Amino acid sequence: MVELSTARTETLRSRQQYLDPIFKYGTMFFSVVVLAILGGIILYLAEGSWAAFRTFGFGFLVSDAWNPATGKFGALAPLYGTVVTSVIAMVVGVPLSFGVAIFITELCPLWAKRSLSTAIELLAGIPSIIYGMWGLFTLVPLLQEHAQPFLIKYLGHAPLIGSLFSGPPLGVGVLTAGLILAVMVLPFISSIMRDVFETVPPMLKESAYGLGCTTWEVVWNVVLPYTRVGVIGGIMLGLGRAMGETMAVTYVIGNSARISASLLAPGKSIASTLANEFNNTSDELYLSSMIALGLVLFLLTFVVLAAAKFMLIRLHQRAGA
Amino acid sequence: MTTARSLDLSRYRFRRTRNRLVLGLATAATGFGLLVLAAILFKLIWAGSAALGPSLFTMITPPPDREGGLANAIVGSILITLGGTLLGTPVGIFAGTYLAEYSPGSRFSQLVQFINDILLSAPSIIIGLFIFEVMVIPMHHSSGWAGSVALSILVIPIVVRTTVDMLALVPNSLREAAAALGAPKWKIVTLVCYRAAMQGMLTGVMLAVARISGETAPLLFTALGNNGWSLNMNAPMASLPLVINQFVNDPSEIWNRLAWGGALLITAAILALNITARSLTNLGSMKQ
Repeated sequence: MVELSTARTETLRSRQQYLDPIFKYGTMFFSVVVLAILGGIILYLAEGSWAAFRTFGFGFLVSDAWNPATGKFGALAPLYGTVVTSVIAMVVGVPLSFGVAIFITELCPLWAKRSLSTAIELLAGIPSIIYGMWGLFTLVPLLQEHAQPFLIKYLGHAPLIGSLFSGPPLGVGVLTAGLILAVMVLPFISSIMRDVFETVPPMLKESAYGLGCTTWEVVWNVVLPYTRVGVIGGIMLGLGRAMGETMAVTYVIGNSARISASLLAPGKSIASTLANEFNNTSDELYLSSMIALGLVLFLLTFVVLAAAKFMLIRLHQRAGA
Repeated sequence: MTTARSLDLSRYRFRRTRNRLVLGLATAATGFGLLVLAAILFKLIWAGSAALGPSLFTMITPPPDREGGLANAIVGSILITLGGTLLGTPVGIFAGTYLAEYSPGSRFSQLVQFINDILLSAPSIIIGLFIFEVMVIPMHHSSGWAGSVALSILVIPIVVRTTVDMLALVPNSLREAAAALGAPKWKIVTLVCYRAAMQGMLTGVMLAVARISGETAPLLFTALGNNGWSLNMNAPMASLPLVINQFVNDPSEIWNRLAWGGALLITAAILALNITARSLTNLGSMKQ
């Protein structure tokens, strides 16, 4: 009797000896898949863009030619659009996000905190294409009829920045795309700012209040210095998002291959070029140039997101210590 | 003495005014965010409700001048999203399990989580390009499956992230109790940890579904779209975001109306999923 049960436990145990490693290495395999996806993306994009880089060399990045008929392609115009729209998004979106984060952490009554955060985060749930439609049918007419004539009238002839606001009020353009992006990154940046603001030890803030600081002085002199790395990380994360955003930008940027000094002029971004033209690519070099654009965008966002991640990790290490 | 006091007072007034000004601006920024949310929802309901009706769900996408609905796009969206979720969720859960249960804090685990977080924010159109090269070019045609695989690559990082986070919240005493009873590790993980973290992991999957069901960019080159009725995942397939993209800028008024109807449907579904997922985690934290 006793021997029998020992024998049974033995067989059970030997089965576990197989199952345990199977589960362990099975799950390990899938975590390697995550790495393989990233490797695969870079490899396939590099392989696909080989023809373009072989034909145009480094000049691909600095040429503003984009002519399928003559087979001349360069990434400068879309690259410029991507950078300028993202910069506008940051200039407008970061102060807005900062304001929202201050309001939620310092001003908002406790009972409204949760529903307010949810409402702001719902903005992140709305699909890109819906932002594009809203931008094209609500924001563009608004800008065209009211905001842009105002900008052109009062800033169009100003010294230094005048050329940024010259040209006809088209509604669509680089500025509009940047503004839409600013709204789209707001929930991401503000929720990270809120999270990192909440890592500040209450003792620090209370000491500052005890010295007679106003709320703003506490935020500016205590909270921000303490969370600086995390705040910058959050901003970079938003920047990474803004650079790769596709549909919303495609709808409102105006799709022009010309590089213009004016922010009111239409332009194109890397993502919008891909969305607009990819399915019409007629020959191998055209296709390869599109994939090369994709590779440039991926590497750009990779660097920005990696930097963002490093900063957030550093903040958490300090908060944990 | 009096000048010093009046100086203090003016300094104090300046600080008070600056404080009020900045806090006023912060409130205005929050108001602006809420205003944009309201404006988008208002526009969607305003323009989208005109298309609502039984025919939206029973008829397929029409030629520009005829009446029709979005039945094929709705079904296509559901199939592609379901495919993406079913492909991506197990990969994400298992990968997250290894990171949280077998090598927490190790170099390998940190590396994978780092890469995972980058994939989480990577431009979705690049994922579309990648799948175009991996699947569409070798197969010589676009397909619903290619769309599903592209979406699954968006699902994986979200699920990995929530799985790791949720498994980290499971108290070690639970694992130790199960180990003391003689349970092997795989049973501890599947029968104890998964159950304890179930709600959070489910939330992650729901957020992933919400994220992918509105994605347009990764489907442009992979699922391509289809204006006929098709349940064949191995052929080009319709999907709501693709139909919206095709219809919204067209002169055809019927197409425009359908596009806004589709936009309303998809946004309502996504916001409902988001709110449900959030209230689920809320319940979970209240129970604890």
